[in-house]
Amino acid sequence: MKRHWLATPYIVWMVLFIVVPMFLVLFYSVVERTEDGYRLTAEHFHRFVDPIYINVLIRSVVLAVISTIICLLAGYPMAMILASREYSRKKIMYMLIVLPMWMNFLLRTYAWMTLLERKGVINYVLSMLNLPSLDILYTNQAVVLGMVYNFLPFMILPIYSVLSKIDQNIIEAAQDLGGNNFTVFRRVVFPLSLPGVLSGITMVFMPAVTTFVISKLLGGGQFMLIGNLIEQQFLSSGDWGFGSALSVIMMLLILLSMGIMSRYEQESGGGALW
Amino acid sequence: MEQVKKTAAIFLVLAMIFSLTACGSNDGDSNQNTTAAITVYNWGDYIDPTVIDDFEKEYGINVTYETFATNEEMYVKLSSGGSNYDVIFPSDYMIARLIKEDMLHKIDMSKITNYKHIGEQFKNLGYDPNNEYSVPYMWGTVGILYNTTMVDDPVDSWDILWNPKYEKDIFMLDSQRDSIAVALKKLGYSLNTRDEAQLEEAKQELIKQRPLVLSYVGDEVKDKMIAGEAALAVVWSGDAIYCMWENEDLAYAIPKEGSNKWFDAMCIPKSSKNKEAAELFINFMTDPEIALRNAEYIGYSTPNTAAMEMLDEEIRNDEAAYPDLESLDNCEVFEDLSDIIGLYNRIWDEVKASQ
Amino acid sequence: MRFLKKSYVFLIFAFLYAPILVLMIFSFNESKSRGNWGGFTLKWYMELLHDKQIMSALYYTLLVAVLSSVIATLIGIIASIGIFNMKKLPQSIILNVNYIPILNPDIVTGISLMVLFIFMKMRLGFVTLLLSHITFNIPYVILSILPKLKQMNKHLYEAALDLGATPMVAFFKVILPEIMPGIITGFLLAFTLSLDDFVISFFTTGSGVANLSIVIYGMARRGISPKINALSTLMFLCVLMLLIIVNLRMSKDPERRLKSGASKENGRYISSIGHDI
Repeated sequence: MKRHWLATPYIVWMVLFIVVPMFLVLFYSVVERTEDGYRLTAEHFHRFVDPIYINVLIRSVVLAVISTIICLLAGYPMAMILASREYSRKKIMYMLIVLPMWMNFLLRTYAWMTLLERKGVINYVLSMLNLPSLDILYTNQAVVLGMVYNFLPFMILPIYSVLSKIDQNIIEAAQDLGGNNFTVFRRVVFPLSLPGVLSGITMVFMPAVTTFVISKLLGGGQFMLIGNLIEQQFLSSGDWGFGSALSVIMMLLILLSMGIMSRYEQESGGGALW
Repeated sequence: MEQVKKTAAIFLVLAMIFSLTACGSNDGDSNQNTTAAITVYNWGDYIDPTVIDDFEKEYGINVTYETFATNEEMYVKLSSGGSNYDVIFPSDYMIARLIKEDMLHKIDMSKITNYKHIGEQFKNLGYDPNNEYSVPYMWGTVGILYNTTMVDDPVDSWDILWNPKYEKDIFMLDSQRDSIAVALKKLGYSLNTRDEAQLEEAKQELIKQRPLVLSYVGDEVKDKMIAGEAALAVVWSGDAIYCMWENEDLAYAIPKEGSNKWFDAMCIPKSSKNKEAAELFINFMTDPEIALRNAEYIGYSTPNTAAMEMLDEEIRNDEAAYPDLESLDNCEVFEDLSDIIGLYNRIWDEVKASQ
Repeated sequence: MRFLKKSYVFLIFAFLYAPILVLMIFSFNESKSRGNWGGFTLKWYMELLHDKQIMSALYYTLLVAVLSSVIATLIGIIASIGIFNMKKLPQSIILNVNYIPILNPDIVTGISLMVLFIFMKMRLGFVTLLLSHITFNIPYVILSILPKLKQMNKHLYEAALDLGATPMVAFFKVILPEIMPGIITGFLLAFTLSLDDFVISFFTTGSGVANLSIVIYGMARRGISPKINALSTLMFLCVLMLLIIVNLRMSKDPERRLKSGASKENGRYISSIGHDI
């Protein structure tokens, strides 16, 4: 079958809409407009080295890591329970976890805006119970909460999918050999579930570190993550150079974390994200 | 798995049929009486939406309506060239910049028959000295909107926004020019200063204020202040009026150090493909009846004398809405500072990124 | 232990569903303020249906989702066959480039496309929105079809030709049925991704063309609006109905369903939605 030419239309498409745009971003990140055209410059990247911007990057990574950890801690037990249930319930519970993911994620984030307000529903309930009010809208906590809420199913499902494939005989064998529940979990179940954990981590961390919507809606206008910084450069400062440089940095960050994840993945013996 | 896919296929076919029919009927609607179309780019919440419908009905011109939150955002969209707008609503300093950069059409004033209704004090202003490029839409001041049940100090100075007592009870504007102006005025400088040291000082003030600020907001400030979410907010006067209509506990003050008085006007950018229709739209908006409807709907102050005379007496005599322009002599109008815009952008980025 | 498990499951589901439930309840609230209940009303639903902006956004969302997924699937089918028949090196290069839109953060894909369109002096609007959606859809279609091509018996196509079928007939009668499951998966994936996209659309549209996500974002930034609550309720019910119907059809064959639920294919589906955020 000599039909490789069939790929040509897509190759043209790819070059036009994937490769060229990437090079344009790269181009704008290293040039500066002058009277007569463009001039090479490292100024945009240099500007990023300022502590203020480095802090934005650190804040983005830290918040994403915290959200990922919370998702993992809350999601793993859920995945285990889900995997251990008898069949009929399992199906319903699986659907219940998938369902919120099908809701538009802006609506899910918006839901928390209404809940967290000072005069919002949560505080109304708290004040009825004579409890102190919760005042976290426009803070780090609200942003982390939004991330965990949006991304928790992405942690539960891959772990569940790996756990439910573990051969029950292996676990029984381990128990027969005298392992108590904890040992069986630590030595058998957890190592076997690592591929699921790793894809879960990837699927939570990546969108969390690049978001600008959650931070904007739940963190308020003053809350800067690297995504917000990029958005601001392109939509209100009009500084394409700095914005492009930030985008390049974000791509590098993602590549780096993908690299780290895939190394672990190899060590844990396969189970790729895809 | 086969079953899943068959079901899915049925769904998709249904979805396709649905959206294709939706498509068909929608096209039918819009083609009915449309001969031309214009794109209007206005501030969010800055018009009575039924006015657009009436314009479409009266002239058979289809209006595509888009909104922006700050002058800077509007400028970036306009100058990047991704869109063709026919009518835009920039403020004073931005109009000056657009004129300087040759981005505006001269308006054919003979087509704007309603221009005679615009008050004399709103003509020949610094940003458009010969009234060639702009037709005033609304005007006002910047001040502090506060909730009288939550603030017991007198609100007469910008200093109150730096008072630790109101920690996390303050909303600032998510607009670089306005927020930097607040800091400059607090320090007693001109809000049009080009002095880098003064601007640096203003930046430090804003960074110092950061922990006290609940959030930097846009249009949501109205909703939040009406709901009593914070004690103090820097707002444009029209938004203040609107909020005071909705919540009686709110009051508005222009600090004694002075503030910004501003004028928003309608202009036709060079990218416009349909200047005649744009002029029709501007003239329509300047019609006293229409100007009145807009003013009553959004709460801002109209420069349209004929419309103003039809306003409720209560509003007309409201000091916050229609202050005597003379009495605002310590309020300045923004000048175009686009030559140092890089400095402004940097200051604003650093203020917002600091934490 | 059983009790502990049960309460844990309850807690997680309460966390996932309470916010949505609150939104749904308050969509029937007469009073606009959020804390208190002002009586039952359907007025926000009426306002929603008469909201021109939301109706136009719904129209564009569906139109773009249908067009982009159909076009992406067509291009994807042809491209997959081409890529499948390529030599090793060019094939791996193409596949790697194909991964870029999947791995890249959406915001970077969005701004890079925006930069491209503005660079090419294109007017941002429906066309650019559609082009962007097709661009981020094709890779998923190709990744769904390629494995099916690999599974296919290579000699089937040749056998068909030997038996006198023209290449066209052989394609439609032999190859297409074999890869159909992959095509449908890819199509569905593309359709959902397009339906739900916010970030890329946000940067690549203009001229008054907006999808639902963009309109919701705009409204959410303006404050709390009961209209959005009403919209959430309707969207939640749509999704719920869709899931139930799909599930009922599938439950005829429970064993398979469970397997597919845990399969890698599903994992990809989930992760691709995750990527969308």
